[in-house]
Amino acid sequence: MDFSAFSSQFLVGLSRAMILFVVCAGLSFVLGVLRVPNIAHGSLYMIGAFATFTLSKLIGGSAGFWIALILAPLLVALISLIAERALFCHLYQREHLMLLLFTFALMLIIGDLVKIVWGAEYRSVSAPPLLKGTVSLFGASLPRYNLFLIIIGPLVAIALWLFTNKTKIGKISRAAAVDREMVGVLGINVSWVFAVAFVIGCYLAGVGGALITPTVSITLGMDHSLIIEAFLIVIIGGLGNMWGALVGSLIFGVTQSLGVLIWPQFTIVFPYVAVVVVLLLRPKGLLKAVW
Amino acid sequence: MFNEVIRLKWFGPSIVIFLVLFILPSFIPRFYTYILALIYVTSLLAMSLNLVVGHGGMFQFHHGVFYGVGAYTVALMLTKTSLPMWTGFIAGPIVAAIIGFIIGWFCVRLTRLYFGMLQISLGSLIWAIVLRWYSFTGGDDGIHGVPIAPFLSSLNSSYYFILIVLVICLIVMYLILKSPFGNTLQAIRDNPQRCEAIGINVRRHQLIAIVIATFFGGLAGVLFVVLERSVFTDMLFWVLSLEIFIMCLLGGWFTFVGPIFGAAIIVALRTFVSIFTEYWTLILGVILILIIFFLPEGVMGYFQEIFKPRTKETVKEGTK
Repeated sequence: MDFSAFSSQFLVGLSRAMILFVVCAGLSFVLGVLRVPNIAHGSLYMIGAFATFTLSKLIGGSAGFWIALILAPLLVALISLIAERALFCHLYQREHLMLLLFTFALMLIIGDLVKIVWGAEYRSVSAPPLLKGTVSLFGASLPRYNLFLIIIGPLVAIALWLFTNKTKIGKISRAAAVDREMVGVLGINVSWVFAVAFVIGCYLAGVGGALITPTVSITLGMDHSLIIEAFLIVIIGGLGNMWGALVGSLIFGVTQSLGVLIWPQFTIVFPYVAVVVVLLLRPKGLLKAVW
Repeated sequence: MFNEVIRLKWFGPSIVIFLVLFILPSFIPRFYTYILALIYVTSLLAMSLNLVVGHGGMFQFHHGVFYGVGAYTVALMLTKTSLPMWTGFIAGPIVAAIIGFIIGWFCVRLTRLYFGMLQISLGSLIWAIVLRWYSFTGGDDGIHGVPIAPFLSSLNSSYYFILIVLVICLIVMYLILKSPFGNTLQAIRDNPQRCEAIGINVRRHQLIAIVIATFFGGLAGVLFVVLERSVFTDMLFWVLSLEIFIMCLLGGWFTFVGPIFGAAIIVALRTFVSIFTEYWTLILGVILILIIFFLPEGVMGYFQEIFKPRTKETVKEGTK
């Protein structure tokens, strides 16, 4: 195994980990505040990807992708806001599994709606001209777009950290994650805190979906493959812990891409092995869970 | 005394239902016989899951793996070896139970969501291996044309075989749940801390329950092979596992026969809605949301709620 193959795989894994991180940070945030494993998270990610495809085609030109990158996640956030206010917010008092069941139903519905709107064909989005081509890094040539992803991941992490630690609504939502009754007692409308947290989480799913479009083909079923990975990442990182989501994504993404070098046939096995090892050593996740 | 009354009350109708189901294939088209048999297989799967979910209170999120392992075991034994068929039928559930023991041994150290997630990762590991090991399991092609002995090869004979196995399993499961072990399990579901305090080994009970449930799950996989004569990797995928979980919640997870109704509803919906439209999951999703909002205890739970006041009154009158 030569070094350039290793570093190239490592960097590809790193860029994939960044997309996983953006999606998982959203999932982790919803899980931390609402305490609901949102199974529909992957479906919202899929909507983000399809919407990016349509918008970038509609707007066209070199700016098309960039505008789509901003608008598609907002569309996802709007859809999640509607779903939350119309249906989900009436269920907060109910049995926990019922919330899980609801998000599963949402996943089924969104999956078919996407099929109705966009059809079952494979779609692809090409990277904007600015990010086409490759750069060479540590003796490996890496697509520029992947480098862009590696840069954008930490930026999202910093933005999210600033939001949860420096803004009022972020602080309230962190408090609601720890003790929701107490937040309610203080005269804060917990229902709206939940709505905001849910929409922000789903917005991040949309961002992840928009970011991944130039690297993969957009197709139905991308929600199924993503959501389980996202859950595992959130679990090994520590429930509701954003930095945990980052660590988990790095473990997942890098083991997956390095697995290609070790045993190509069983690549998809490696991340699961990593997850099992982490959970056996630290059952509650690597970093501290919020609940 | 009260128990016996219940047993008597349900014994007659159950026999009648069983007899009706037994003679039904002579009167209905082949297609409906097939659907009924599929419902039985799925019912057994959902019932086996409900042993740990509804009665044990564990988040068994990846039960489909054991279904798939049971089915793959019997399919591989019948296609790759020349052992007699019944050895495969016995090996399927046993291998599933062994895998269940191994996975369960790791999982029972954790609780609730962590339990479920560790199980999903361990189960997905098995799914990934089955998917990628082309030379042994056939990968995503699955295995088709599993040779089943002639006496089970017609649809009607496999229907009867599946029905009889299902009834035997239901009786065994009922007895398990009514045994001291079953009572302990339900006590653990309701309050694990208190159970631990009075000296019950919670983890051991949970592990035994998982092994029993995975045994029956593997048996359901064997029955699936008898019916379909093929296996595929989707049986081990987590989407199916969640679907089974939903059957339990839908039918009423705190009731004994609830999962059968859940399985029947989902299998029937998929079959009949997909005749009219390819968007059957959309319909399923809408129905699920309606049930969550209007029937929170599941279908069986709803019926129990309706009938409860009346039985209480009759009991009171009887004691007067």
